[in-house]
Amino acid sequence: MMKFRKPLFLLAATVAMALPQMAGAARPWMLPSETMFAGSGNEWVTVDAAISSDLYYFDHPGQDWQPVVTAPNGSAVQVENRSVGKLRQTFDLGIKTKGTYKIAIVNEMLMGSYMLDGERKMLPRGTTAATLATAVPQGATDVQTATARTRIETFVTAGEPDRKVFATTGTGLEMVPVTHPNDLAVGEPATFQFLLNGKPAAGMDVVAIPGGIRYRSDLGQMDAKTDANGKVSFTWPEAGMYWVSISSGGRRGPGPGAGGTGNAPGAGRPQGQAQGEGGPRPLMGPPQDRATYAMTVEVQG
Amino acid sequence: MQINHKIVLTGAAMGASAIALPAAAQTLDVTLTLPRLSVAEYHRPYVAIWLEKEGTPARTLSVLYDVDKRNNGGVKWLRDIRMWWRASGRSLTLPADGISGATRAPGTHKLSFPAGKGGMPALSPGKYTLVVEAARESGGREVVRVPLNVTAAGAKGSGSGQFELGAVNAVLSR
Repeated sequence: MMKFRKPLFLLAATVAMALPQMAGAARPWMLPSETMFAGSGNEWVTVDAAISSDLYYFDHPGQDWQPVVTAPNGSAVQVENRSVGKLRQTFDLGIKTKGTYKIAIVNEMLMGSYMLDGERKMLPRGTTAATLATAVPQGATDVQTATARTRIETFVTAGEPDRKVFATTGTGLEMVPVTHPNDLAVGEPATFQFLLNGKPAAGMDVVAIPGGIRYRSDLGQMDAKTDANGKVSFTWPEAGMYWVSISSGGRRGPGPGAGGTGNAPGAGRPQGQAQGEGGPRPLMGPPQDRATYAMTVEVQG
Repeated sequence: MQINHKIVLTGAAMGASAIALPAAAQTLDVTLTLPRLSVAEYHRPYVAIWLEKEGTPARTLSVLYDVDKRNNGGVKWLRDIRMWWRASGRSLTLPADGISGATRAPGTHKLSFPAGKGGMPALSPGKYTLVVEAARESGGREVVRVPLNVTAAGAKGSGSGQFELGAVNAVLSR
């Protein structure tokens, strides 16, 4: 990890370092062992969860994420045999009833800084809204914070797909299916709607990348932009697992993959948040809220 | 060979109802070849046969699997007939009369589907696709799609696989 000595760089570094695992080419994901189940009531799915440069391989430290599973009837289900290894986390989920399960990992953390004794200090990594009070020492002034929300999801279905698990919370980036994520096939267009804090995430970049990156020369990334309703469509060129991701806020600048969607006009951003609309963000400006969504979906063919 | 009995039975039933329901005089004959494969571990493939028509739900005509397993255990692996599972299988309750059948040995098999029996509907004129998918344990999976342009005179189509399926021929007569 780089160390920044000069306070001038601290804030710029904050955003990049708050979720180092999310920065650059590293991608957060879950990978289910299967997505289609007979619905006998006695089946299991094993899920790997990791961040990595290549999809779907384990090449970064394993993360102690807490998976949250929603059963087809909307109730919460516990996972079993959860284990965090050096390179990945893994857990099992019993598929007891028919319908669609949502498997999610939701992280929310605060990044920011405060002034103490004439120096700007950064909030420690891992600070949350609950721990902010203890993270900021007495006598600190000018506390600046922003929230980074990450949502990683995947879906599995026993029998026929249904849609009870897609209720949204109104925080961060969320996916509302137009096409059910367990009903995807080669050559058929699939449409998803994305919401940012409960409102359509309009004009944002979405990428879809097929797994198996390591053994092919072309990344195979498909780029699309959400429309005014936050909707985006992909037509899958081949069967397999795909990683679909969208990010808001954070780093800016030209070029693809920079997460540079934060200044898209009319991006459905809620009012009253320090977002620094328009133009490049000044180096010493307040930190910006950011949100990331990533899902793994299986395309049949 | 379970399906053979069913076909004989439904064929007999057909004779009784043919006068009352002339539309049911249609019969779709599907001839398909399961290739003989020289592999160390061979299991007969699971095979699904279904009809697609744009804008309407797929109709399963037949699915051949381990129907005789205890506790209906054969259905567990039906999802390995992946395209069929998505198109139709996951909305069915199996076994189903006139649809479920036992796996078949390598060779050429003829299956007849009289309209109005099992999963076979009476086909009005239009463009249909007959789809055959074979999935073999520890082996490959292949889908063969046979376009069928149904007219008042019936329809005829053929296709062929390369790996898990040989020739597929379909004749709709009336």
